[in-house]
Amino acid sequence: MIEKIIYQGAEAKICISRYMNFNVVEKRRLKKGYRIKQIDESLISTRTKEETKLMIAARQAGVSVPIIYDVDLLKGIITMEYLKGKRIKDILNDLDEKDRMRICIKIGKSIARFHNNDIIHGDITTSNMIILDNKIHFIDFGLGEINSEIEAKGVDLHVLMEAIESTHSKYSDCFNYVLEGYKKELKQDANQVFKKIQDIVKRGRYR
Amino acid sequence: MICLGIEGTAHSISVGIVKEINRKCKVLSNVIKIYRPAQGGIHPREAANHHALYVADVLKESVDKAKIDSSEIDIVSFSKGPGLGPCLRTAATAARALSLSINKPIIGVNHCVAHLEIGRGTLDNCSDPVLLYTSGANTQVIAFAEGKYRVFGETLDIGIGNCIDKFGRAVGLDFPCGPAVEKLALEGKKYLNLPYSIKGMDIAFSGLLTAAEQYYNNKEKLEDICFSIQETTFAALTEVTERAMAHTEKHEVLLGGGVAANKRLREMVNIMANERDASFFVPDKDLCIDNGAMIAWLGILMYNSGIRMKVENSFIDQRFRTDMVDVTWRD
Repeated sequence: MIEKIIYQGAEAKICISRYMNFNVVEKRRLKKGYRIKQIDESLISTRTKEETKLMIAARQAGVSVPIIYDVDLLKGIITMEYLKGKRIKDILNDLDEKDRMRICIKIGKSIARFHNNDIIHGDITTSNMIILDNKIHFIDFGLGEINSEIEAKGVDLHVLMEAIESTHSKYSDCFNYVLEGYKKELKQDANQVFKKIQDIVKRGRYR
Repeated sequence: MICLGIEGTAHSISVGIVKEINRKCKVLSNVIKIYRPAQGGIHPREAANHHALYVADVLKESVDKAKIDSSEIDIVSFSKGPGLGPCLRTAATAARALSLSINKPIIGVNHCVAHLEIGRGTLDNCSDPVLLYTSGANTQVIAFAEGKYRVFGETLDIGIGNCIDKFGRAVGLDFPCGPAVEKLALEGKKYLNLPYSIKGMDIAFSGLLTAAEQYYNNKEKLEDICFSIQETTFAALTEVTERAMAHTEKHEVLLGGGVAANKRLREMVNIMANERDASFFVPDKDLCIDNGAMIAWLGILMYNSGIRMKVENSFIDQRFRTDMVDVTWRD
């Protein structure tokens, strides 16, 4: 089978492959020679399972994520839809102000839908969002968890704030648009979460 | 340029003398005296008394071993923090007294940054590493980014050395328990499940410590528990280090701190580095543990970059964070 690696991180590699005549993406978690077999196997299978569960929960919450075709817990492979779209990271700076605002509000609404269901993505950056057919799809739930605490939701948004500040520094009002969309869609009081973001900034470590 | 550095953040009082030669660090002497409590952990006041009692002897021995005259010393540096208040104050007082008596400038330095710089200063080809700094109190993954040494991951509760020491004390081993646990672990065969706690890039050990103590109370073999503690905690440390390397796109990894003496930890980080075609570095043992030479070397780097400190401003800072230091000596 022809296989092309499109991304290699510390924990997994992302390959383009074929599955039942579909173009698919495989997220393959890597075996690590430094850890003993018991720990390696257990981490790979539980993390694959957790990530799959979060993707399913996200879809049920009304956020677009790649369709999952197959999961192999032993090998640590998630086979999913290949989204032929563009990363938000690569297009956001080139949009006109109106479109940028529209997209950011949409992102905020999607994050609120996660948080309404206690889904913490764990790594919300503009490289983990793909725009396709005017829809924003979220990828890479590898650091995610289910958590109802305000703290976790604040940290989740704070990661995006930092990502916007570093990659889209000229358009720092983007994050305000995100918060605007977030507030509209969130079922609990968004101000509590916003206050938490301020607390996190003050801790200093995260500046 | 020659600098004399006084280290005194926790259990060790140490005086090191180093010389700068072509931007590399030559260690002329590095005398370390470690406080070992008769029982229990480090009592800050007892440790400080120990340091006050021995600092003059250590200082003299260090100058003798360096074969220099005190007039050849250009700067005096000391560990400004982070650390135990009474210990820091004792070392700082000694540094102030020396600085005033030989009439040479004083400079206070960050202990964690010193652990990283001594690697860069003494090892060939170690230029821009990610540091895995593991000691009793500290467990941090540090790398240079945008003018500072930033903490990419760290413990959320206790340091790895502290975790091992606490377990060791609970089962009757002597302080420091690291070497004893390492030896027992070699005889361990059965892996007992322990919590593997990573949150993003941060780690936690306290849950694992409780679980390990429970295994001991349930009469599991001590060798197996030690084996399982090492395998679990070191795997988590190695994983966080690897993530920081991927994130910062750096290709060097450096170990520092007392736990870096552990052969299994070295082996694991080395395997990780090999798997990603990165270089692996460990300083000599006496430069890994708390030591005066690293304090001296950072003093030189800071002084050469134009940083000055007056005796009246030579405060200590118990909570001196790694990322509070402006790294003026690097591009």
